[in-house]
Amino acid sequence: MEFKFTQENLNRIEQETKKYPHRKPAVMAALYIAQEQNGFISNDVIKEVADVLGITAEEVLGVVTFYTMYHQKQMGKYHIQVCTNVSCMLRGAYEIWNQVKDKFGIDHMDVTADQKFSLEEVECMGSCGTAPMIAVNEDYYENLSKEKVEEILTTLGGAN
Amino acid sequence: MEKILLPDIKDLHLIDIYVSNGGYEAAKKAFTQTPDDIIDQVKKSGLRGRGGAAFLAGLKWSFMPKTTDKPKYLCVNGDESEPGSFKDRQIFEFNPHQMIEGTIITCYAIGAKTAYVYIRGEYHKWIRLLQKAIDDAYSKGYLGEKMKEIFGTDFQCDIYIHKGAGAYICGEESSLMNSLEGKRGYPRVKPPFPAQNGLWGCPTTINNVETIANVPKIIENGWEWFSKIGHPKHPGTLLFGVSGHVNKPGVYELPTGTLLTDIVYKYAGGIPNDKKILCVIPGGTSMPPIRGDKLEGVKMDAESLKEVGSAIGTGGVIVMDEDTDLVKVLARIAHFYHHESCGQCTPCREGTGWLEKILKRIIDGKGSTSDLDLLITVANQIEGNTICALGEAAAWPVKFMVERFRDYFEARVSKEISLPVANKVHSMRETTFPLADVKN
Repeated sequence: MEFKFTQENLNRIEQETKKYPHRKPAVMAALYIAQEQNGFISNDVIKEVADVLGITAEEVLGVVTFYTMYHQKQMGKYHIQVCTNVSCMLRGAYEIWNQVKDKFGIDHMDVTADQKFSLEEVECMGSCGTAPMIAVNEDYYENLSKEKVEEILTTLGGAN
Repeated sequence: MEKILLPDIKDLHLIDIYVSNGGYEAAKKAFTQTPDDIIDQVKKSGLRGRGGAAFLAGLKWSFMPKTTDKPKYLCVNGDESEPGSFKDRQIFEFNPHQMIEGTIITCYAIGAKTAYVYIRGEYHKWIRLLQKAIDDAYSKGYLGEKMKEIFGTDFQCDIYIHKGAGAYICGEESSLMNSLEGKRGYPRVKPPFPAQNGLWGCPTTINNVETIANVPKIIENGWEWFSKIGHPKHPGTLLFGVSGHVNKPGVYELPTGTLLTDIVYKYAGGIPNDKKILCVIPGGTSMPPIRGDKLEGVKMDAESLKEVGSAIGTGGVIVMDEDTDLVKVLARIAHFYHHESCGQCTPCREGTGWLEKILKRIIDGKGSTSDLDLLITVANQIEGNTICALGEAAAWPVKFMVERFRDYFEARVSKEISLPVANKVHSMRETTFPLADVKN
């Protein structure tokens, strides 16, 4: 499916390029913007980003595959990230991980059939002092218990 | 005790409150002095990097070439991905202007006109908070074109945020620069060092957010004042992030040299249900752990921790009580470094995978005592054989955990089971022949 940036997003990318002496460093920001517009990074997105910044598609692909926050497939409307690193683990993160997994019947990087939820086991998110935590899209939920997680997921419209 | 970085002032993140509490006065003072004077004061203050290596900040600045036709850059490292570290986000949230002011002064000292604050991608909220603070600083003339009016100086600098995208390795300074250049975050071989050949081949200095946030106070109160706080060889305060099995986890700003037991019991409220401590990692997961029965008298600064065979790292204190399954903890740490290894150097790319596999084998009850030696052998083969310090970061916790808790680990492995054949399989790749089949 062909992908073209909207004019507004092209302007945002132009704004990003002004931070740097070259256009290439804006690739990371451009990919975020593309992911926002398209939902995920497809091959067509990669070509468009490369064209807009005047770099090769290979350079863009290299960046996409290196960083975990760019997704090459469509994730759920609510992308749930559960940190299971040490500080969270010591405070029950795996119970929460299993809880979310069981609730939706999906595993790491899976998406529910209705495309509403996706799940990712993430590395330390910098919430060690407020562990355990989950992040839903861009928002952190901290100091969690199983009850609180249940409440959050229900609010988001997860089936009971 | 006076707090330098996170003082108890309400709404200090707002520019007006910051200014009414003496904010941006240090920058004004700095512009009445020469850049060399500033570097000299920071050198004499003894300020050491807060990002892990505890290198002298003033000395690092002095490596920047004085005469060059190339532009110079400052990178402020807010990647903060070391498990157990959550201090920089407190600065972004509660005292961003002090970091901005520190950035202005540092730019002036090293002659950089552009500073990039590299923040990990997951910190969406804190990126927004810092961007707001930067925008406010621009509109008040503390940054950009209006600096001449406010500070009466011809010097001008800009600060930009560069958002990462989820790669631990980008906290390593050369990897951070590659990421900033819009590339894969592979660490670079050193030398050349960033001060000679950094961002786009130009002289570059990289400092941690917390390091930079200390600078205005040093200029304001003088280097003598700063050098008298805490441990003389590692002066100042540190933002200790305490997590794990404590009653009051959180960030505590305390002078260097504070007793580890004070941090855990006095400030972080002790251990839930008064359990004993099995193990403490003093500075983020890559630092060597300390046994719970060896905590008495351990002081939290770079020099004192070196004496007990550990390191200050980022000051992220992870506490584990007596019921903790250390093998599982270590396997989780090993998994992290395997996941985050960039894949450039073979010892790290392959070795981290083996560490994880062997530890998982022990968890599954299939470990042998020879596995413990094997863990140490693999760790030793990673350490020192890689481009960047992720090799050490992966090797140290395994090596020192197994060495220091040998009794604990031996109790967890069955002596009858041995998998000599499995140990000889050198490929990390998953094959159609699982290891269990190879054994027979």
